[in-house]
Amino acid sequence: MAKKVALLQGNEACALGALYAGCSFFGGYPITPSTEVAEVMSKELPKTGGKFIQMEDEIAAMASILGASLTGAKVLTATSGPGISLKQELIGYACIAEIPCVIVNVMRGGPSTGMPTGPSQSDVMQAKWGTHGDHPAIALVPASCQEIFSETVRAFNLAEIYRMPVQILLDEINGHMRERIEFPEPGELEVIDRQQPTVSPADYKPFDDSQGDIPPLASFGSEYRYHVTGLNKAADGFPTAKPELVDAEERRQLRKIEANRADIEKNEEYLTDDAEFIVVAYGTISRSARYAVDVLRKEGIKAGLFRPITLWPFPEARMAELANQVKAIVVPEMNLGQMILEVERVTRRVCPVEGIGRVDGEPITPAQIVAKVKEVL
Amino acid sequence: MSSRYELRFSGAGGQGLITAGIILAEAAAIVEGQYAVQSQSYGPEARGGASKSEVIISNDPIDYPKATNVDACLALTQEAADKYAIGIKPGGMLLIDSDFVKREPKGDFKTIKFPIISTAKNEVGREIVANVVALGAMVALTGIVSRAAGEQAVIARVPEAFIELNKKAYNTGYEKVKSLIA
Repeated sequence: MAKKVALLQGNEACALGALYAGCSFFGGYPITPSTEVAEVMSKELPKTGGKFIQMEDEIAAMASILGASLTGAKVLTATSGPGISLKQELIGYACIAEIPCVIVNVMRGGPSTGMPTGPSQSDVMQAKWGTHGDHPAIALVPASCQEIFSETVRAFNLAEIYRMPVQILLDEINGHMRERIEFPEPGELEVIDRQQPTVSPADYKPFDDSQGDIPPLASFGSEYRYHVTGLNKAADGFPTAKPELVDAEERRQLRKIEANRADIEKNEEYLTDDAEFIVVAYGTISRSARYAVDVLRKEGIKAGLFRPITLWPFPEARMAELANQVKAIVVPEMNLGQMILEVERVTRRVCPVEGIGRVDGEPITPAQIVAKVKEVL
Repeated sequence: MSSRYELRFSGAGGQGLITAGIILAEAAAIVEGQYAVQSQSYGPEARGGASKSEVIISNDPIDYPKATNVDACLALTQEAADKYAIGIKPGGMLLIDSDFVKREPKGDFKTIKFPIISTAKNEVGREIVANVVALGAMVALTGIVSRAAGEQAVIARVPEAFIELNKKAYNTGYEKVKSLIA
């Protein structure tokens, strides 16, 4: 049977991907250019028995999804720059209390109110370092509408597996553009549900790491009762300031990512095998880069594209490997130099790394990338 | 990049140009099974201001989602014509509303004109379907989707009570341009 198809915005695809993953709660506060995520959820969630709440602001929206997640629901919120700034404190709470949740940030120009209808990629460092304290971070940067759907499903899986917030970073262009989508059948994409505790309620400790780095999270409202706090805590969930317990806790949380990079990292490579020049680009701008690579190849220049789909954790090993093979790396991004810092760090500058930054509300064009590669030839 | 074809619909916010772009993209991607990407840019104002919607159509997957060299451009206002005709490639086409674009942009492209909004108002009967008149005109001008595919996409998009009105608008725009370029 032919698959169901539709012409959809990236934001709409994101919402439908969330529903496919089993999301049953959305708490949000509308903001351009993310509003369509909330619009679709408000229409579709009630049909599936889920709940949609428009809260009084972005902070409350973030709080609402954490509360809902603790009851066992898969949860989503969506916002843009000013909203994601407001959510930072509670994103930290989700990190330390290890509450699964998915947060969509459709990036627009900033700082502050910035340029509501202009695209941007200037929140990519904030996705890692926006909330204070050392903490793990996962951020996904899909490029097409079809990929936004499937990566949203993966975001929910990662949030549930690693018991932590996962951010999906879109921008005004791929959030609003429309492309044909083929809807996967139920079961076609893997959907992972939250691991439940196997010990008795009396023996349950929400942060007991004796069975591994990711302790199962019991649902509030069930027979399991436990304490949740933003303070550093012991295995039983109650606050502690014992140095050895705090240290072990912090290190375990980072280990959730570091020990599982192979599962979390995801990249796409295009014509990198024999490439002498590599463009490293993500999200919408990776599409400009791919076009540029084709133009350069036609002119006989051996260019290739390395596209992180998981931006955090950054694909360190593969990036370093590629740097040893090429003459130069070009990093176009709609900010004034953020991911390029990671590229420079992990490649230890074994080859020149040149950035293209753009913050005028217009995308980086293929022609700009072609010109930059020729400049570094 | 081989068969990449770029269309731009421009005018003022509220004229339905984004909808026209969406319908064309649906005709290409859903009805005909080509690849299509529709995107837009507009100011924060809900009405007024220069607005544009772009559609890229190709036989191959589309990478860069915005226009680079516009094959065919529509401009319903002087402001849009001044701002957006610049991107038309040599040998491309510009369709303008002759009542509203008095200063014709000059360039190495072919300009086709007729009073689009007035046609919607006086021949079709409702000014509000000017975007669908323009869509029919652009389909006739470019042949990028078939006449039937465009009509099917229009029918799929509009509420049932307005199907006849929109079919008339689409076909009126289509016929106008066919007679102009014959």
